[in-house]
Parts: sequence; C-alpha cells; structure tokens
Amino acid sequence: MTAEREQFTVSMRFLHWLMAAMVLTMLGIGVAMVASLADYHALVSLHRPLGIIILLLVVVRYVNRRFSALPPFPATMSSRERFAASASELLLYTLLFVQPLVGWGMLSAARYPIVLYGSLHLFPILPHSVMLYAVLRKTHTVLAYLFFLTFIAHFGAVLFHTLIVRDGMLDRMAPRRVRAG
Amino acid sequence: MSPSEPAGSTDNHTPPLTTGSRLGRLAGIGVVLLGVAGAFLYLGGWFTPHALTPARFVDAFERVAGIHSGFRRNHAKGVCVSGFFESNGQGTRLSKAVVFRTGRTSVIGRFSFGGGNPYVADARDMVRGVGLLFWLSDGEEWRTAMINLPVFPVKTPQAFFDNLVAGQPDPQTHKPDPEKMETFLARHPEAVQAMKIIKSHSVSSGFENSTYNGLNAFRFVDVGGASIPVRWSMVPVQPFVAANTTAADQGDKNFLFDALIASILQRPLQWHLMITVGQPGDVTDDASIPWPDGREQVDVGTLTLDSVESEETSPARDINFDPLVLPAGMAPSDDPLLSARSAVYSQSFTRRAGETKKPSAITPSQVRRKQR
Repeated sequence: MTAEREQFTVSMRFLHWLMAAMVLTMLGIGVAMVASLADYHALVSLHRPLGIIILLLVVVRYVNRRFSALPPFPATMSSRERFAASASELLLYTLLFVQPLVGWGMLSAARYPIVLYGSLHLFPILPHSVMLYAVLRKTHTVLAYLFFLTFIAHFGAVLFHTLIVRDGMLDRMAPRRVRAG
Repeated sequence: MSPSEPAGSTDNHTPPLTTGSRLGRLAGIGVVLLGVAGAFLYLGGWFTPHALTPARFVDAFERVAGIHSGFRRNHAKGVCVSGFFESNGQGTRLSKAVVFRTGRTSVIGRFSFGGGNPYVADARDMVRGVGLLFWLSDGEEWRTAMINLPVFPVKTPQAFFDNLVAGQPDPQTHKPDPEKMETFLARHPEAVQAMKIIKSHSVSSGFENSTYNGLNAFRFVDVGGASIPVRWSMVPVQPFVAANTTAADQGDKNFLFDALIASILQRPLQWHLMITVGQPGDVTDDASIPWPDGREQVDVGTLTLDSVESEETSPARDINFDPLVLPAGMAPSDDPLLSARSAVYSQSFTRRAGETKKPSAITPSQVRRKQR
C-alpha cells in the first residue's frame, strides 16, 4: 500500500507555527502601540523589524509550499468547507505578503526612516506623499482587522473539526509526528 | 487500524458525542475564541476608556485650538529652513553617531510657535520651537524638536495633559479659567518650580538669536558601547538682544517670522550644537529640572541655515519631527515624555496627513517679497 501523506511536511509545519506566533505577536503589538504613550517607542521599534522578517519568511514559505507534497483534505470536509479552507489559506498568504509591504510603503510615503536595528535601515519604496501615507495608514489598520478575523475563523474551524467532528484535523499541522488511526 | 490509512478517515471506535458533550465542547470553543478577541481588545485599551492615549492627547489639542485642516496640532504656525551641519569631530568621543564625524550633514528644519493656531499673531512671549532633520551620510536620520525654554514646564505626559486641559478656553468667556490653572499648579509643585526658572530666563528679540534646548535627556553611545546621559542645545552665533516687550509690532501679525526671513536672506544664520554631559546622579527622567551648573559642555559643530521658504513649498511641512528618530549612537533616556512625544507627534501627523492643506500664514509670495 502506498502511504499517503497525512501530515504537512516538517518544514511546512515549522514555518506555520513560527509565523503563527509572529503574526499574533504583531497583531498584539500593533493594537497596543497605537493606544500607548509609555511603550509606544519600544513597541514600534519591535514592530518594524518583525514585519520585515515576516515579509521574508512568507516568500520562503510560499516557495516551500510549492515544492512540498500536501496531505489531502480529510474525508469529513464537504466541498463547501474545502473551498472555504482554500480561500482562507489564499487570503492569509496574501495578507502575510501585503500587510508588511503596506507598512513599509506607508513609512516610505511619510518619509520616516525605516530602521530595523541600529544603523541598519531599508530604502523607501514609495515617494514622499502624506496623502498616500494617509491612505496606506488606514489600509494597514483595515488589513490588520481583516487578518485578525481571518485568523479567528481559521482557528475556530480547526477547533470545530478537532473537537466536534473529531477527524484529527489538528494532527495535520501538529508540531510532532502523528500517525493516523 | 494501519498507520498507512489516510488521515481523516472516520474512526469507528470513537463513540459518538452525546448532545450535552457536543454543546459543552461548542461552548468551550466559543470561550476560547472570545478570550483571544478579548485579549486583543484589552491590549488596544478598549477596557480602559479613561486611560491617556495618543488619540486623547491630540483630541485635547484640538479642543483648545480647534481643528485647522492640514496643520500640526501643536506648533502649527511656522516657516521652513534648510542648510547644513558642519561637525568638528569633537562629538565622536561621546557618540559613534555618523553625524559627529568631521564633515558636513544636510539639514532641513522648521521654526514655529507653540500652540495649535496656525494663524496666531506673533508675540515675543510665545514658545519658539525649531525642528531639525539631519540627513546622515550613511542614510540614517537624526530628528530633534527643540524649544527656547530652559526647562520643560512639566515632568510627565499626564501633567502635560492636565496643564493643557487647565489652559483650555471656557466656551462662554473664551478665556482659560484661572481657578483651573491654580488647581493644576497646586497639584504639580514641580510645574511651579519650572515656571520660576522659565520666568527668570530672559527672552531674546527673535527666532534668529534664540537658544533652542532639546530639554529631554538622551543617551549617547560611543564606539566601545559605553553610554552616557546627555542634553543638547543650539546656541546662536548671532548676538543676544533682549526682547523689548514694549516695542510695537506695527500691526504686522508675522513680525517675528518676517524678521527671521529677512535675517536669513541677509546672511546665513548659525548655531553651535552644544552637548551637555550628565554626571552619575543627574536626573534623566525629569525634563522640568535643570542639571547643576558646571557640567561639561562640548561644542560638536555648527549649524548653518542659509535658506528659508514657506511651508507650502518645503518638504519639511510633511515631516514629523519625531524626537525619537535617532541614529545609531543616540538612544532615548528613561524620560517618560520621550515615548509620549513620539506617540502624540505620530498621531498628529497621521490626522493632518490626509486633510486638505490650507495656505500657511507665511505664504511663498511673502517670502519672495523679502527677497527683493
């Protein structure tokens, strides 16, 4: 019998959990820093380099995904669920890529230096235009909320399948090796 | 079951969930998701509606001065300048920042009056400010926003906010309520002390012969990684002339800005960048207290401003002079005002960025008239 893959590859699972932790941290930092006086500077200084690392990692992750064998959807998923899962995955990948770019672009348009650490900084990717900054700054907030809602939907769907349908959905992405059955 | 069986096949050995257990699990999932959402709302300050935030700070500026489309919410009235900083190399032993290596650094800047009204009539007793942006040769930036007061009137962001609110004009009388200010001062003895220092300090006749102070303490980090507390000032080469408060301004609402423009057009204006080196024990978290006399002062170079223009044509209008845009070799101190300034400036910048830009008090044609 040919063993069909029941889990994502080790590298895919590693990147998934690493980026999940980073994205949740980023969403938390983002929502906290705009409301903070005392911690604003420390949080912004962390937010910038983390965002750029996410941008680099999502490229690595996308390439890795293209060259990896994927496990099939569980038989318990209806075609509608499969469509929702694929669409939300596409949306999450898009957000992982676009959100850091919007952040980088909005700092460029505001003519803020894009400092990563010490004297290490990035070049601007857009011309100095405060009107452009205003639009991108709003976009960054809207995308952050969309990101958070998509994450909640994704997390909720996995919990539902794992705890109610009990089809071992979480095992597919579990950090450890899980055997079916 | 064999390990090779595809994942997701229904496990016939698992007994079905009872209705109660199914509902219990659903409720559990709901609690977990609400918990995550609640944690984010908590971080965003949704459960602390009275906490001081950058948005509430800028709201207070707007209540005091009104909303003037496209203008800074504080230091609203200004003109823009440009020039260069010529470093003499003396700063390199204090900080590894590239700006202190011997040589020239391009600078743009903006002179302004404190307050949120962009059309306020010039007056000698209003707070004068200058924001400067240094374009370092390695692509880094240093931004600083300084004022002509010797110390800051308050120690904390909350005290600054309370001071702002206490000075808010009454909607009926259009004047601040003196009782509110008295209450504020009674609660903030450090502000009374700072006001004494500020009042005893003689004011110069114009922007061009004012000393501008960074006020907050910062830290300089040298090549070896050693860090020292510093404060900095721009001390004018132009001789000090005391402000003659009785002299009439001859009805010119912009007489101090006009004098600044005229003097730059006559000859470049210069300031020495003076670094004051703090000693162990000097307060770094309280900008309302001066450091003791006799602290080492290092002249690290000369700022030359040789060009002036209206905000409307200068890139400096659309720059946020955030005091925490610092190059490697400079770092914030533990002064709580610094992070708060950065946060509030950013909020003000974001609000004005998307607004329609109205003409500034000092228009391009007014600057051109002086050039003739």
